[in-house]
Amino acid sequence: MSHQPYRLASGGHIDRDHEIEFTFNGRLYRGHPGDTLASALLANGVHFVGRGFKYHRPRGIFAAGAEEPNALIQLGHGPRTEPNLRATQVALYDGLTATSQNVWPSLRFDLASVNQWVSRFLPAGFYYKTFMWPASQWMRYEHVIRKAAGLGKAPTDRDPDRYEKMHDHVDVLIVGGGPAGLAAALAAAATGARVMVTEAKAGFGGHICFDGAQQIDGQPAAEWVTAAVAKLQAMPEVTVLPRTTVTGYYDHNYITALERVTDHLGNTPTHLVRQRFWKIRAKQVVLATGAIERPLVFADNDRPGIMLASAVREYVNSYGVLPGRETVIFTNNDDAYRTALALDDAHARITAIVDLRAEADAVAGDLVAAARDRGIKTYFNHAIIAVSGHRRVTGCSIMELAEDGTTVTGPVTSLVADCIAMSGGWSPSVHLFSQSRGTLSWDDEQACFIPDVAHEATVSVGASAGDFSLAGALKNGLKGGMEAARASGAKGRQPAAPKVDPVTEMPLRAIWQVPTNAGKGKQFVDFQNDVTAADIRLAAQEGYLSVEHTKRYTTTGMGTDQGRTSNVNALAILANARDAHIPDVGTTTFRPPLEPVAIGAFAGRAVGGQFEPVRSTPMDPWHHANGATFEHVGQWMRAWYYPRGSETMREAVDRECVAARTGVGILDASTLGKIDVKGPDAAEFLNRIYTNGWLKLAVGRARYGLMLGEDGMVKDDGVTVRLAEDHFHMTTTTGGTAAVLDWLEEWSQTEWPDLQVYFTSVTEQWAVASICGPKARDLLAELSDDIDLSDAALPFMGVSTGTVAGLPARVFRISFTGELSFEINVPSRHGLALWTALMAAGEKYDITPYGTESMHVLRAEKGFIIVGQETDGSVTPGDLGMDWIVASKKADFVGKRSLARTDSLRADRKQLVGLLSTDPEVVLPEGAQVVADLKPAPPMTMLGHVTSSYYSANCGRSIAMALIAGGRARLGETVHLPLSDGNLTAVVTEPQFFDPKGERLNG
Amino acid sequence: MSAINRGVRALKNSAKRYSLAALARNAFNGHNQWTEAWRNAKPREAYDVVIIGGGGHGLATAYYLASVHGIRNIAVLEKGWIGGGNTGRNTTIIRSNYLWDESAALYEHALKLWEGLSQDLNFNLMFSQRGVLTLAHSEHEMKEMSRRVNAIRLNGIDSEVLNPMEIKALVPIIDINPGLRYPVMGGFLQKRGGTARHDAVAWGYARAADDFGVDIIQNCAVTAIRREGDQVTGVETNQGFIKAAKIGCVASGHSGVLAAMAGLRLPIESRPLQALVSEPIKPVIDTVVMSNAVHMYISQSDKGELVLGAGTDAYNSYAQRGSLPIIEHMLEAAVELYPIVSRVRVLRTWGGIVDTCPDASPIISKTSIKGLYFNCGWGTGGFKATPGSGHVFADLIARDTPNAIAAPFALSRFESGHLIDEHGAAGVAH
Ligand SMILES: Cc1cc2nc3c(=O)[nH]c(=O)nc-3n(C[C@H](O)[C@H](O)[C@H](O)COP(=O)(O)OP(=O)(O)OC[C@H]3O[C@@H](n4cnc5c(N)ncnc54)[C@H](O)[C@@H]3O)c2cc1C
Repeated sequence: MSHQPYRLASGGHIDRDHEIEFTFNGRLYRGHPGDTLASALLANGVHFVGRGFKYHRPRGIFAAGAEEPNALIQLGHGPRTEPNLRATQVALYDGLTATSQNVWPSLRFDLASVNQWVSRFLPAGFYYKTFMWPASQWMRYEHVIRKAAGLGKAPTDRDPDRYEKMHDHVDVLIVGGGPAGLAAALAAAATGARVMVTEAKAGFGGHICFDGAQQIDGQPAAEWVTAAVAKLQAMPEVTVLPRTTVTGYYDHNYITALERVTDHLGNTPTHLVRQRFWKIRAKQVVLATGAIERPLVFADNDRPGIMLASAVREYVNSYGVLPGRETVIFTNNDDAYRTALALDDAHARITAIVDLRAEADAVAGDLVAAARDRGIKTYFNHAIIAVSGHRRVTGCSIMELAEDGTTVTGPVTSLVADCIAMSGGWSPSVHLFSQSRGTLSWDDEQACFIPDVAHEATVSVGASAGDFSLAGALKNGLKGGMEAARASGAKGRQPAAPKVDPVTEMPLRAIWQVPTNAGKGKQFVDFQNDVTAADIRLAAQEGYLSVEHTKRYTTTGMGTDQGRTSNVNALAILANARDAHIPDVGTTTFRPPLEPVAIGAFAGRAVGGQFEPVRSTPMDPWHHANGATFEHVGQWMRAWYYPRGSETMREAVDRECVAARTGVGILDASTLGKIDVKGPDAAEFLNRIYTNGWLKLAVGRARYGLMLGEDGMVKDDGVTVRLAEDHFHMTTTTGGTAAVLDWLEEWSQTEWPDLQVYFTSVTEQWAVASICGPKARDLLAELSDDIDLSDAALPFMGVSTGTVAGLPARVFRISFTGELSFEINVPSRHGLALWTALMAAGEKYDITPYGTESMHVLRAEKGFIIVGQETDGSVTPGDLGMDWIVASKKADFVGKRSLARTDSLRADRKQLVGLLSTDPEVVLPEGAQVVADLKPAPPMTMLGHVTSSYYSANCGRSIAMALIAGGRARLGETVHLPLSDGNLTAVVTEPQFFDPKGERLNG
Repeated sequence: MSAINRGVRALKNSAKRYSLAALARNAFNGHNQWTEAWRNAKPREAYDVVIIGGGGHGLATAYYLASVHGIRNIAVLEKGWIGGGNTGRNTTIIRSNYLWDESAALYEHALKLWEGLSQDLNFNLMFSQRGVLTLAHSEHEMKEMSRRVNAIRLNGIDSEVLNPMEIKALVPIIDINPGLRYPVMGGFLQKRGGTARHDAVAWGYARAADDFGVDIIQNCAVTAIRREGDQVTGVETNQGFIKAAKIGCVASGHSGVLAAMAGLRLPIESRPLQALVSEPIKPVIDTVVMSNAVHMYISQSDKGELVLGAGTDAYNSYAQRGSLPIIEHMLEAAVELYPIVSRVRVLRTWGGIVDTCPDASPIISKTSIKGLYFNCGWGTGGFKATPGSGHVFADLIARDTPNAIAAPFALSRFESGHLIDEHGAAGVAH
């Protein structure tokens, strides 16, 4: 195996029959299916894979899983490239390419590594103290800082992959497929409960996979795992999800998880989605998320080749890879002795074990005894005080600890090492438990935080509960799974716990920072953000005492690993600096997602064409076929105007507007919001919601209404028809429908629950064609023989039901143009048929379809408002000159009280007026501000603004409406409109420009 | 407009002053000379003024009371750690291009104070005038934009209109394809707008105020407001009773709770507002870009994280976290406008409780109780106002009369009806 010099001859779960190729920083290497990028690199003797964020010191592979802070790489290139991936989580596939990130020009010769030589100028928080002189230069400094910051690079192209959302309800969700999780799953599943088990890694078993030769019920632990998974997979009510990380724990056991479907495959099959984002509602949750090993804090502990002890063991046992040929183990606990035994089993040389504990405190442990029996040299009560080697560790120096552990003394012993396996004890993975708002307590003996009081229906088992023994994990896993199943309503008996040989382990010795009296290298705490113990002490010295302040000032724990390996060490060092007990310093909050999740996975399918539905009317195909241009109106696409031949927009709109007043025009009004209001108290309800009176409206008649907010400001408007004593058909503005329905429901449900009235959105149920103009009645008469269209039978604001073009229809005689006009409502499915029938019958009247632009012009000619254009939430009915619609004698209506406030009565409120541009050909820009006194330059006092402005062919000139302070007292005045490219002038007029007396309503 | 009185500069002759010399000195003696940024003060018996709430606004108020008005016997009471409320949770967008004259005056006052604030405080706030761009995606939004831009310009505030090509040049990762669900039709840019480092704002004000003798008292929760007749006399806290004749409440989402302690009701609703950051990546976007129709806004921090936000959750709450759908919508919008972000990964999401008034404008006001003042209702967009808010609130507390900038924001507007409705301005409200 000369290709992979550090690959052991046997062992590991890799597929040794196949060799695959990959490149790292342009060099070709070989590995096996089943490797991670990290294990394959290590097999090739590559430790040095990246550089630190701040000082750009060389960094190596540090861990073997999700907690990796150092080995962040850029995977692939082109549209599928991904930054910041942990090499320890990237499954190796044939042809994989990866590069180091944030190094220039190369990993070996990185220019920014000069930072390490000037590091004395860059302590924690140095940004806040500098770059202030000269004051004007910050933007320049910042430019340089920004370029230096950031880790990897985003792709430059659109993401070619798809993402899917999955939804599920389960009785018991088990997070983690280690021994505790599997035991919980077996117990819960046995009751028949609906169970889901998620495991972040590709394989199940957690620590069992790499902890070496353990037995469960007399069989090798790995076989027990395989059997357990097979059993679960065979059960119909159980879902087993490998490669699935639970990322978020929200209220009421609402859980999110990310399933990586194709990331481990080199070529993404086109029929598969890349990732699935699960949303799971679980009756009960069992957290079996394991624990994370802590590094030790000693000088130059960041050198490549220095790794977590459990990671070294995992590389040996799971991947058949030897991280080093001569390993020093540095520990404060028994667990790291498992690594020594694993290395010894693999016939690797162990220079020595350096144990922070006194011999007397350690010897009684089974593992310590085993190491001694094998003749492994152990230095008790010793610490590493210096490390040699730069791009790879070459050795270390150790000294004895003084009595109290705060200094080192005596002679220095040098040890050779190309790998240092360190262990500072274990921290239960309580992140999800914290996200669910469970509280933590400090376990002094094990020196870690463990779950205390749960807030959700959740139970923690195994190492994530601080129970680090295999026997305990299995036993409590079964118990937790059983309890969860029972709590979810299932019944059954708890299976007997499998038999495991007990291992005696001695307590750890919590030395959070190796004494500094004999060495001076940087002691890293947060490897990813380059935060040292000295930085944390400096933060405390400068008064950043709260753990949140320390975190933010030093940036410890704020990297992409959210401080997985650093938080507890940082907290302990801060506590020490503050002379406080660790739990009194407090913990920081863990925030979703637990692990970084692609933005695309959150977005799911709602991208591109599915970002937001386009709403279109039943007549839409006709508009398209007949050359309409379209306009976005909220979610709708509405026909804007219908140019003929080479007509410009202005020409088309002029033609449409004239036709609507001289012949017959037709508008697709289907987008208007429609709400069916029903119930014995419907009239009373409307009477309170609208400003005008509704109790006396006759059945079969329509009325225009204004709705106000509680502040007295116009909120929406529309015509509402009384179909029966207890039944109304309300129309709203196109954009305001949803908000109005909300508004009605809010008043009905919270303020007037005593009123019996019900609301149903029927916008989509009715298609509406509005015809207007002197010939409108003639046209309609041709298509309807059962509706009497005479003024007497169907007067203005009258309503009739019958058939139009053979289709069941409601005809409202209402008008938004000031012309004789009918709104023909038919069930949506008949919309297109109605429209084509009208167009066919209208041919002889030269019927002219008009779009939203002409609709706007026509109503502006009449001075009719559009809510959202003439109003902006600050306009009262009075401001609009619409006092006539406010029934001030009515006992009450929403907004009534506010209309009586002093400000609502001010004479100089902004009022709706007309504006006629001095040059009739000039159309004033909408949004132009109006001033009385023109100054040569801003600032200027503004009177108000132009709300609507068009060229009106019917008036033969431009017209505009504006909201102007004290406007009605200014009729006849000339005002100015200062624009960025010159000024315009206009005269203030009444806001009606055409047929001011309204004589055309009757045709 | 007269020049702003920025007050006496903090730490002018102090040994604690940050300077190149101090940096050099400390570099060679192991940084052992840096002293506490602010004292970890314990409450004294009585103060002239007590400020409740150690967010940016509260700390700025204390600072300007000391530096502009010479009132230095002040305590700032913070129930947790300073800056731990919305100050330390917000997405730090700073701009002054508001629609209404009253708002424009207030936010422009703040923006002028931001300019030079690092020097005033001798603390680098990383105030970065990288420009804030607001997009328009429909004919209707284009018209709204033109109204706004004209108003902003006539108020003497900088504003530029950009067409889609100019937007693409400024923000290369944006998709300006006209076939987009909500195509980018235009936008307006305030070049003087930008971002600042939120924590630094709290710390910088705290350190400068401390230098004037202000006591910053953390882990000190106010539990009751005491009064005699219609005059306040002090506050009850978990660290005991503290006497004061003037009390300024600057507690953002918890303002309603404080008001209730004094028997008042405020027209405020408190809701969660969420934000998130991505993993750090090399710079892809320098400008802050906001969009109403494609509901979200984005910027990139100096560390390289993309910073994203959108609107509030729909329900009232005091829990500092929000619901998932808001995050999903925000990220759908992100992919829609900036397709390259799809494979960039979300690192952290979080929420804060924002205090919103019915008209989406703040309250800077006296109350019916003598000596009790409120500064709140900043909702989703008060970070940008921090220096201006502190400056005018200090003035109100010192003189017991609002100045011209603060006057329109008095509580009395909810009686008179003189509302300053910035809802339109605040669809995505930052
Ligand atoms: C996610 C998010 C994004 C935002 N984005 C922006 C943005 O981009 N731009 C922008 O301008 N604004 C933004 N904002 C709004 C902005 O953060 C706030 O308006 C502003 O920071 C408020 O500052 P403050 O000092 O008033 O409040 P805070 O910083 O919340 O301070 C109030 C303090 O009062 C303390 N307190 C409360 N009750 C008591 C008590 N009884 N006793 C003692 N102390 C008490 C709290 O602990 C808190 O520290 C955002 C807000 C959020 C949540």
